[in-house]
Amino acid sequence: MQGGRTYRFSFLLMVLALLCSWLLNISSGSVTIPFADMLSTLFGESPEIASWEYIIWDYRVPKAFTSILVGGGLSLSGLLMQTLFRNPLAGPFVLGISSGASLGAALLLMGTSILAGYTSLSFLGDITLSIASSFGSFLVLLIVMIVAQRVKDTMALLIIGLMFGSITSAIVSVLAYFSSAEDLQRFNFWSFGSVGNLSVNQLFLLGSIVAVGVFLSIISIKSLNAFLLGENYAQSLGVSLKKSRLTIIVATGLLAGGITAFAGPIAFVGLAVPHLTRQIFNTMEHKVLIPAVMLYGAILMLLCDTLAQLPNSASVLPINAITSLVGAPVVIWLLVRKRKMMF
Amino acid sequence: MAKGKKNILSIADLSIGYASKTIAQNINFDLEAGILCGVVGINGIGKSTLLRTLGGFQPKLDGNIRLKDQNLEKYTSSDLSKELSVVLTEQPASKNLTVQELIALGRQPYTNWLGTLTKQDKQQIEASLDAFLLKDLRHRKCHQLSDGQLQRVLVARAMAQDTSLILLDEPTTHLDLYHKVQILKMLQELAHDKQKTILFTTHEIELAIQLCDRILILDGKDNPFGDPCQLIEQKHFDRLFPSEMVQFDAKTGSFKVNK
Repeated sequence: MQGGRTYRFSFLLMVLALLCSWLLNISSGSVTIPFADMLSTLFGESPEIASWEYIIWDYRVPKAFTSILVGGGLSLSGLLMQTLFRNPLAGPFVLGISSGASLGAALLLMGTSILAGYTSLSFLGDITLSIASSFGSFLVLLIVMIVAQRVKDTMALLIIGLMFGSITSAIVSVLAYFSSAEDLQRFNFWSFGSVGNLSVNQLFLLGSIVAVGVFLSIISIKSLNAFLLGENYAQSLGVSLKKSRLTIIVATGLLAGGITAFAGPIAFVGLAVPHLTRQIFNTMEHKVLIPAVMLYGAILMLLCDTLAQLPNSASVLPINAITSLVGAPVVIWLLVRKRKMMF
Repeated sequence: MAKGKKNILSIADLSIGYASKTIAQNINFDLEAGILCGVVGINGIGKSTLLRTLGGFQPKLDGNIRLKDQNLEKYTSSDLSKELSVVLTEQPASKNLTVQELIALGRQPYTNWLGTLTKQDKQQIEASLDAFLLKDLRHRKCHQLSDGQLQRVLVARAMAQDTSLILLDEPTTHLDLYHKVQILKMLQELAHDKQKTILFTTHEIELAIQLCDRILILDGKDNPFGDPCQLIEQKHFDRLFPSEMVQFDAKTGSFKVNK
């Protein structure tokens, strides 16, 4: 397609924007660090005040990279879902996939102590948490997929997704009622969403999960494009429906589930970013859209996290609240302006 | 058409339908290269089921379907996509595709794992755009097109897939007379000039009689097949509809309402 040259400029701009928002994100925080000092610290020099080095390298840089992974990964999972379900309103949050991840996390964080009588979570590693919530999101995704096979109506699918959300949140409430105060608090903090608490090891693990999701998406580019015509047409173009559907579901589950495990349920990024991206990149070619939504999502997440940081203040707002405050009006604006959302 | 040409599609004693219910049986016909063939019959007689069965979307119940001297079931999906393309009644899932993007998807069976278009692919896309008068519309989104234009785009995509057999399910529905004739004329050209075998279902019996090389009448019994003129002489069209309300006039090749 005419793709290549036309979009090179847009991509260049986006990479620049990503770099700027990355720097902006690192320069903001409860401790004010002069921009020049921050830059020199990033380039390996020791700053005037020794603690700045620690703040930048051990806190802000991992946080910024987490934001990039979270924003890029969630946006990609939203794009995959919109194409797979042929539904412009599909996204990890709307279809109940995030709720599934929440359920997995809740069962682990609160359920195990109820069932086994343990109150300590020390034996539960991060890997267990990410497996639990990935498993939860896979489960919901599979159920939604099976339902989608029977119910062709897109509205019905969304309502079913919402119902799954209700069911899982009901189970979470029941669990919360019976669990200890510490466990409940732990789960609550997780559900606010945060990109700031990851150690380098956790960041590495998250990075690997996202990398696998991205890899699976890239090998699905051709079938994703064919799915734009509908499943029957895709089949007539030689796409093996079962195999490619499964690959895309696994990719989506890994991305949405893995990210939700580490950063908590983060709303609206997955739904809104693909639409925002299509405002700039006027194409449906997934070869262009996959890198574009990832860049856009990463930029948006860095900016949201910068906002959550509340300049010159020690308090950090829950990131989930910020993305909802930014994302929901965007979706409304898109609906009102275009009257009909398309994917 | 020259005699002794190889058959592209050979159907023998075919029964179609679902496990619980046979919809049509005793279907026999052969199609050579370069033939435009219409399938006619009243609603519910099994036209779409036949097309879905030939397209590999649903299994046959009994009989034989041979595509280029090989049983249809023997084809892998990727081999089949190079021999058989379809135009379905369903709309494309995403109408945000541009005309050119949609037609380019027809090249998928031939492109590499990333779907990169080669020079040959691009030539084929250009030829399809050209044949269906879509050059000026190439950057239009599908949701901006009229029904007639969208139908041309979908047929152009099938042409870009460059298969020996093209199946179309009711390509003329929702179109006015002018656009019905236009699309059928284009199909006729495609069949004759590019030596494609084209099979389509339709309710436009009068147009099919004028434009098709062969017609298959699904009547629930013998399912006659042949040249339109031959079928008229044998009075097959007279029995197409069950009541006296509509009658076929062999002289004009058209249907008349009994007042």
